[in-house]
Amino acid sequence: MPEISFLLNGEAVRIADAGATVTLLDWLREDRGLTGTKEGCNEGDCGACTVMVTDADGARALNACILFLPQLHGKAVRTVEGVASPDGALHPVQSAMVEHHGSQCGFCTPGFIVSMATAHLNGRRDHDDQLAGNLCRCTGYAPIIRAAEAAASAPVPDWMRDVPPEAEASSDEACFLPATADALAAWYADHPDGTLIAGATDVGLWVTKGLAELSPVAFLGGISELKEITVSEGEIRIGAGATMAALMPVLAEHHPSYAELARRYGSEQVRQAATIGGNIANGSPIGDNPPALIALGAMLHLRKGATRRALPMEAFFLEYGKQDRALGEFVEAISIPRQPDRLKCYKLSKRFDQDISAVCGCFSITVEGGQVTGARVAFGGMAGIPKRATAVENALIGAAWTEETVRAAQAQFAEDFQPLTDMRASAAYRLESAQNMLLRYFLEDQGTAAHVLEVAP
Amino acid sequence: MSVAKPLPHDAAPLHVTGQARYVDDIPVPAGALHLAFGVSPAARGEITKLDLQAVRNAPGVALVLRAEDLPHPADTSPSAHDEPLLTSGAVHYAGQAIFLVAATSHLAARKAVAQAVIEIEEHPAIITIDEALAAGSRFEEGPRIYRKGDAATAISNAAHVIEGTMEIGGQEHFYLEGQAALALPQEGGDMIVHSSSQHPTEIQHKVADALGLPMNAVRVEVRRMGGGFGGKESQGNALAMACAIVAAQTGRPAKMRYDRDDDMIITGKRHDFRISYRVGVDAEGRIEGIEFLQYCRCGWSQDLSLPVADRAMLHADNAYHLPNARVESHRLKTNTQSATAFRGFGGPQGMVGIERVMDHIAHKLGRDPLEVRRANYYRAEAPAGPGTGRRFGGAHSPKAEEIGPQTTHYHMQVEDFILHALTERLLETSDYHARRSSIAAWNAENPVLKKGIAFSPVKFGISFTLTHLNQAGALVHVYQDGSVHMNHGGTEMGQGLFQKVAQVAADRFGIPPAQVKITATDTAKVPNTSATAASSGSDLNGMAVKAACDTIRDRLAEFIAEKHQAAPTSVRFAAGQVHVGGESYPFEAVVKDAYMNRVSLSATGFYKTPKIVWDRIKGTGRPFFYFAYGAAVTEVVIDTLTGENRILRADILHDCGASLNPALDIGQIEGGYVQGAGWLTTEELVWDAKGRLSTHAPSTYKIPACSDRPDIFNVALWEGENREETIYRSKAVGEPPLMLGISALLALSDAASACGPAYPDLHAPATAEQVLAAVERARGA
Repeated sequence: MPEISFLLNGEAVRIADAGATVTLLDWLREDRGLTGTKEGCNEGDCGACTVMVTDADGARALNACILFLPQLHGKAVRTVEGVASPDGALHPVQSAMVEHHGSQCGFCTPGFIVSMATAHLNGRRDHDDQLAGNLCRCTGYAPIIRAAEAAASAPVPDWMRDVPPEAEASSDEACFLPATADALAAWYADHPDGTLIAGATDVGLWVTKGLAELSPVAFLGGISELKEITVSEGEIRIGAGATMAALMPVLAEHHPSYAELARRYGSEQVRQAATIGGNIANGSPIGDNPPALIALGAMLHLRKGATRRALPMEAFFLEYGKQDRALGEFVEAISIPRQPDRLKCYKLSKRFDQDISAVCGCFSITVEGGQVTGARVAFGGMAGIPKRATAVENALIGAAWTEETVRAAQAQFAEDFQPLTDMRASAAYRLESAQNMLLRYFLEDQGTAAHVLEVAP
Repeated sequence: MSVAKPLPHDAAPLHVTGQARYVDDIPVPAGALHLAFGVSPAARGEITKLDLQAVRNAPGVALVLRAEDLPHPADTSPSAHDEPLLTSGAVHYAGQAIFLVAATSHLAARKAVAQAVIEIEEHPAIITIDEALAAGSRFEEGPRIYRKGDAATAISNAAHVIEGTMEIGGQEHFYLEGQAALALPQEGGDMIVHSSSQHPTEIQHKVADALGLPMNAVRVEVRRMGGGFGGKESQGNALAMACAIVAAQTGRPAKMRYDRDDDMIITGKRHDFRISYRVGVDAEGRIEGIEFLQYCRCGWSQDLSLPVADRAMLHADNAYHLPNARVESHRLKTNTQSATAFRGFGGPQGMVGIERVMDHIAHKLGRDPLEVRRANYYRAEAPAGPGTGRRFGGAHSPKAEEIGPQTTHYHMQVEDFILHALTERLLETSDYHARRSSIAAWNAENPVLKKGIAFSPVKFGISFTLTHLNQAGALVHVYQDGSVHMNHGGTEMGQGLFQKVAQVAADRFGIPPAQVKITATDTAKVPNTSATAASSGSDLNGMAVKAACDTIRDRLAEFIAEKHQAAPTSVRFAAGQVHVGGESYPFEAVVKDAYMNRVSLSATGFYKTPKIVWDRIKGTGRPFFYFAYGAAVTEVVIDTLTGENRILRADILHDCGASLNPALDIGQIEGGYVQGAGWLTTEELVWDAKGRLSTHAPSTYKIPACSDRPDIFNVALWEGENREETIYRSKAVGEPPLMLGISALLALSDAASACGPAYPDLHAPATAEQVLAAVERARGA
């Protein structure tokens, strides 16, 4: 690994002798003896390893267990050991957690503290969302939320405001840290067997669970042009490196139901790392972005060397585990045509937050004068790939926008999908709930309440 | 007085700063080895090939052990000696350990394991209850049966007979800290073991066996666990034994922690059950006779399954008087993880069974389930004695059997039944009746979404049903500067036991709790301890510490009284002072003085629970010292298109007797409720057709997240005290609140019932898929 440098709890650190896929968590615990950061699951699903990472875009909470050391180059890391003041005075969230009995066994607590301190620094008060990625098995969360609320109005302690250091990117044979898309394109064309790592929320598990040895690797986090999101008259263009967190405000403005889907995508820690390009490129049949993007008629922009091409989102997914991507070709951007918002995204999972979809259905149905004039319907979790429901669409287009039409179109789902039974849901349930999602779309369009998340006690 | 104060958890400042040390955080001496098991990929079969050459050659590997390489037969079982540490020949579940790797790092050990070549001739695995029944695969010679009266006749004579069957899923503990152990070899072959265990004495015993040493050669220390919930009662044995064997063989420290997936694949979980029932009731829904058939899936080894299944039988009544009852329990042996202790220890499953019956009776009779429950409650504790206006034997006095305590189906008198008054209070504070009406109105207006509300009570028996376990020891030192060192056999897993017991110690000496040093559980300080389990931690250890403190306090009182020509009984210890004969002295000064006068300032304490006697084969006796009570009202909403659902509000009133620490007790109640609701809703364990666990990580097994707690969550403590002489008249609180979560399942059933006339027959866990199926059953589809 090339030499990297970052701030750790305010002190400069240089590392030259570690492997490119050593995780921050292992390095903190095993090399630095900073054992406050815990390993709960080693896959980014429990938050016990949460650390705060600050760069030019601000401070964010991330899971250290699936964060590789080169991703920290030029950033500032704050662990639970750095949340109290250097003289030992507790941070307001720490005092509040003691006073409100927010810890029992204490093992998840350091992760909670870092998530809470980061949210506090950023002025976030949507505690349930900020803490959705931190699991606690003891408290039932109520005292933790009481603590978060109690600390919310306390001033941010000075020591929490990290200034990331200036750092020159360097690279070596096994580990490439490009600063531009051109540099990445050239490297990947030369190293088509290399692994591209953006947020590492998926690739991280290849290492921590699959025990894979990856080499060579390129880390894409330093390419700022790939993170750009631009809204023009004709389209919303999203760089492949944009994180789900960065995307949310844009989605909220143009397609609020997609933003709500994104709110339930992973957790705060995952959304702050995971990129939209990664979610598409990994080809998962249950990634949540593709169905929404397919329903919006989005285009995917691929690049190999200096050659670029664009294709409709749905065309990228060929079959399970196989995408229309050449060796050395990478996802550069996604573009969504500007359109009146008719999109509804329905995510079905065992748990509302931080769960992988059993079924993710996205619908964009245009109605003019009581007739369906356009329908784009796409699903995740219903096939080996994210897939359009063309038979359903055809049953809708041109028909009157009535419950009768909807009921007739529901029968077409069996034409489009033959879902599988797995640990998330049975095939029959998948098919039935997918059919009912279309009915829900219709009923919501008529003003009927049809989502439990919108019900207050 | 330090008792009854809502003090924070003693380690809270360490938790929030990351300084609280767990096993994997203990700095290890140089040269430590890290261990990992190689496990069976198949659920049942014979190992035909085990080639570990590539494992031995993998980077960093120092030692690889198979069963035949072990110096002594090593068995990890807490009960039946049916769990070899490493198996050879036959494999009994996917996840069973076959070999052990010791390497220079945790990652190196895991990578080495993956190099093994294991070939297994697979045999048809017994996975489900039906498969086990068909194969006659069970523990014990046949079913256990507890009886009271003549259930069959009572049912046949009843106005209504209702039958049903319910599936109740298991539960993964998902303690945030996985299993972990560290062994440090000592001179002369002795061994020190740090273990994340609820049962240090069992670890000591099993490690001693594995090393062929007496127990006195092994010292086990447990400072804290990152959660236990029963999952660290027996499941830590394998890691501690493996570490000790490697440490003894290499002379190097050895540490083992399971990766989360390994932890979920290897270790046992809550037992899943199928419960069938046949009940005869009168027109008001009062039970006249009931028969339960409990099928319990125990997994491949016995572990703690017999007492778990017993406790399920013992809670088949929950809060209800069963005049004629028959409970038959089958303990089935399957090729899956060996199901183990989990908060409630079978009690929750038994309780779900009878609560399901109440729900079904109410549906059949068209009555409010609340009223059916109250009609079946045990008779209230009857006031007696002077001033109560009750006399027996008079011409118009009620007969003793009409006002005295009623008996359970295992023939124990229920003397302390407080649920009538507790229920009344909760119904008021939760505004149950008005909300039930407004929910009905809301449901009439909403075609897609339906709300449901349910009340359910808890009566949970407190004591180990294995009577000899109801004992505890303590060791207390007072140093010459007046500081106190407290030790007992209980372990800290987050429940706040150490703080509660420290409050007891501080109160005995009349000093601030901060003056009492809480110390790690240590088999060299207090021997022969029971597991911290069965909610018994503060009951048992609080009393043992009190006894030790009182011994020292009595010595101090005698010493200072003699100096003042006062009676020792007149000496008072309060607010850091010792009061004697009109004078008062700082506690520290009295201690110093006593030391100078050669008064012993160290004492042990011991406690054994009185009154209990139990015959688990006959099913008669008094297995429990007392009962802990509570009740909950939960409101939910469901989506009839997808079955998605969530909890909107929960109101809880719970009985902790005279609470030792109301803040910690409320913490147990809030956490227990959410854990119980999780068990019955989102937490689904799935095994594939070959018996491999599909849900072996938090990505696929979903415990409640932050937003899953009720939007409105009101928890209050019942004001009262234990009628039995427990520590400061408090009551145990660890397990009982978990069963308050049953009200969430019942509320979902209530919501499904709003969709049609038929009984929704909701099974657990009530995932969205399960709720949608129940909605369709209710509609009669």
